[in-house]
Amino acid sequence: MSFAFTEDQQLLAESADRFLADKYDFDARKAIRRGEDGWSREMWAAFAELGWLALPLPEEHGGLGGSTVDLAVLMERFGRHLVVEPFLATVVLGAEAIARAGSDEQKAAILPAVAEGGVRLAFGVNEPRARFDLHRVATTAAREGGGWTLSGHKAVVLHADAADRLILAARTAGAEDDRDGITLFLVDPQADGVTLRPYPTVDGLRGAEVLLDGVSVSEADVVGGVGAGLPVIEAVVDRAMVLLSAESVGAMAETVRLTTEYLKTRVQFGQPLSSFQVLQHRLVEMLQAKEFAHALCYRAAGAMDTTEGVERARAAAGIKAETGRAGKMIGQESIQLHGGMGMTDEMAVGHYFKRMTMIDTQFGNAAHHLRRFATLA
Amino acid sequence: MELVLSPEDEAFRQEVRAFLKEKLPPDLANQSATGLRLGKDDHVRWQKILYEKGWVAANWPVEHGGTGWTAMQKHIFEDECAAAGAPPLIPFGLLMVAPVIMAFGNQAQKDRYLPRILRSDDWWCQGYSEPGSGSDLASLRTKAVRDGDHYVVNGQKTWTTLAQHADMMFTLVRTSDTGKRQEGISFLLIDMRSPGVTVQPITTMDGSQEINSVFLDDVRVPVENRIGEEGKGWTYAKYLLGHERTGIAGTGRSKAQLKRLKEIARTEMSGGQPLIEDPDFAQRIAQLELDLLSLESLVLRVLYAEKAGKGPGPEASFLKIKGTEVQQMLTELMMEAVGPYAMPFQPETFRDPQWNEEPAGPDYAAPLASVYFNWRKASIYGGSNEIQRNIIAKAVLGL
Repeated sequence: MSFAFTEDQQLLAESADRFLADKYDFDARKAIRRGEDGWSREMWAAFAELGWLALPLPEEHGGLGGSTVDLAVLMERFGRHLVVEPFLATVVLGAEAIARAGSDEQKAAILPAVAEGGVRLAFGVNEPRARFDLHRVATTAAREGGGWTLSGHKAVVLHADAADRLILAARTAGAEDDRDGITLFLVDPQADGVTLRPYPTVDGLRGAEVLLDGVSVSEADVVGGVGAGLPVIEAVVDRAMVLLSAESVGAMAETVRLTTEYLKTRVQFGQPLSSFQVLQHRLVEMLQAKEFAHALCYRAAGAMDTTEGVERARAAAGIKAETGRAGKMIGQESIQLHGGMGMTDEMAVGHYFKRMTMIDTQFGNAAHHLRRFATLA
Repeated sequence: MELVLSPEDEAFRQEVRAFLKEKLPPDLANQSATGLRLGKDDHVRWQKILYEKGWVAANWPVEHGGTGWTAMQKHIFEDECAAAGAPPLIPFGLLMVAPVIMAFGNQAQKDRYLPRILRSDDWWCQGYSEPGSGSDLASLRTKAVRDGDHYVVNGQKTWTTLAQHADMMFTLVRTSDTGKRQEGISFLLIDMRSPGVTVQPITTMDGSQEINSVFLDDVRVPVENRIGEEGKGWTYAKYLLGHERTGIAGTGRSKAQLKRLKEIARTEMSGGQPLIEDPDFAQRIAQLELDLLSLESLVLRVLYAEKAGKGPGPEASFLKIKGTEVQQMLTELMMEAVGPYAMPFQPETFRDPQWNEEPAGPDYAAPLASVYFNWRKASIYGGSNEIQRNIIAKAVLGL
């Protein structure tokens, strides 16, 4: 693997920095969140225009065939600006599942439309009692005629209320915690028997509980092999965890920057807070945690495209544990060093803290993945 | 490691328990423990019940309507109230300004304010911090200029907790710009209904509104509202900060929260077994419990020293640091316990008592992330934990 960014990656970074600095500052984000959808359709169209939605998709389906590292470069920028659009749900999770396991018809119908910005996806693999275990699936899919009937409850499905198609995990065979017998289905959120209970999330995104009560889907809506869903889910989620980590690393960088700036301008006892050595050292600890997480993150991103199975899983678990720990430390310290101002909604720093905290809980927190890192060896 | 109580103290505990069982309104019980926000009326209702019983002022001397309890009795009372889910006392009147009025106020001030504090007739708030004066409180700039038998006050106070409910604010103001900064500060009691007082809420990152900016524009405050001497306000404030810190350990509440954390960890599943059986999580709870036990042990030691006639010394700073760290870790573990269900933001489910729709996820999960973010304040307020370390370095280590 390479430890230097390619020219293309540097260009992508620069153009993303430029676009987001211009269009996605803290006030713009605030206005977007207050809008009807909680994210911006205009911004989504711009992302399509910039080629960001096509970035990782296969070239034969309207994509740019980008690598996980390319995508991490973009996600890091999204982290710096706390982008709230359904990029993770649509591109990183949903489109990746289709690209990996979908039929030719599914790919042709969905991927070019995702790249153009016309179709959004959501990926529902959580369940209320499963906590962070991807194989614990109680939602059932029973054969009925030429198709399937789905019943159950998918929990905290990110951006489900923005999605044109849902990709959901259901059990077609076996007991609740069997690794075999899990199948992915494409589900129309408007179909009979689908109920969405949407809500904003603590960190300014959107999520929903997806309730399924006898939802009919056809055989053509099965994504990948019947009963063979888990390896697909694990591959998609491993990569998504690395990319969430890249987003978190971007948020860390911005948090450290904001906190450093604040300490330079905040005067107490007749001098800027940044002149106190005890506070300088704490800033250095934060910066250091960010640097190490950044380095490990891009190594893990490289591993997503070059390894499979246990090796890939261990790389993903490792970076997720590392960013969970670093994000918590940096977030908590940034608030403490800001003092009362850090507690206020008007300061950006609290919003970064909330996003980093919620990234830790998505797909398993630091403790969960540290244990996996230990046992996967 | 339960405390071994003397027969007298055990009898007292039973008496407190019986009282709480009989008098604590069920709608208030556990409301605060489960994260549902309490309103002004809830607090006042409970404090008036305690007043009726003669138990609202555990820290006051008997002559002013206090209980005359021993240190251990006070501790037992706090413990039992927290365990029963009673609303916490609003500290600004009972625990903060009242001791200052008793120690430094004149007879007229004692007669006027103390009975009203005792009956919860007035809601007090604390006007200390300013936008430019946080940790460096002595740099405060709110100015009080003498005009006949009034002071004319101009300036801005900030982080003023629950000022939106307040009738009165005790305030540090600058009455002189010459000499040492600390010697130009006076302690004024300001009627919040005075013309020129404006309260503006500050939304915190968890979405709640409990702190405020208080703007003071040409507010006329009678000179008779000054506590003690002009220019001695800093001395009185330091006296008060000592009082604030012993209460800030909050061991009773933390013990109740620890119990709740364990209940949540017993209910939540991880890897097919209750989370509380997860070795990592169990260890973190155990460490937290040990921290809480050592905290409580030091609290009791300080309370006994106080009984022996020693005021709360610099060791109170240890209690503030450890007490707030324990409170914050409790909120952190509770949030972690619910996994992905920390994410939905549904403030109406825990802020609006009339709300009866089910939240996404288990009902205890909805407020946990907000509570976690909200409690980051604890290591900042009441003299930040960095300032507490400065105090210890100076006063204990002699550095």
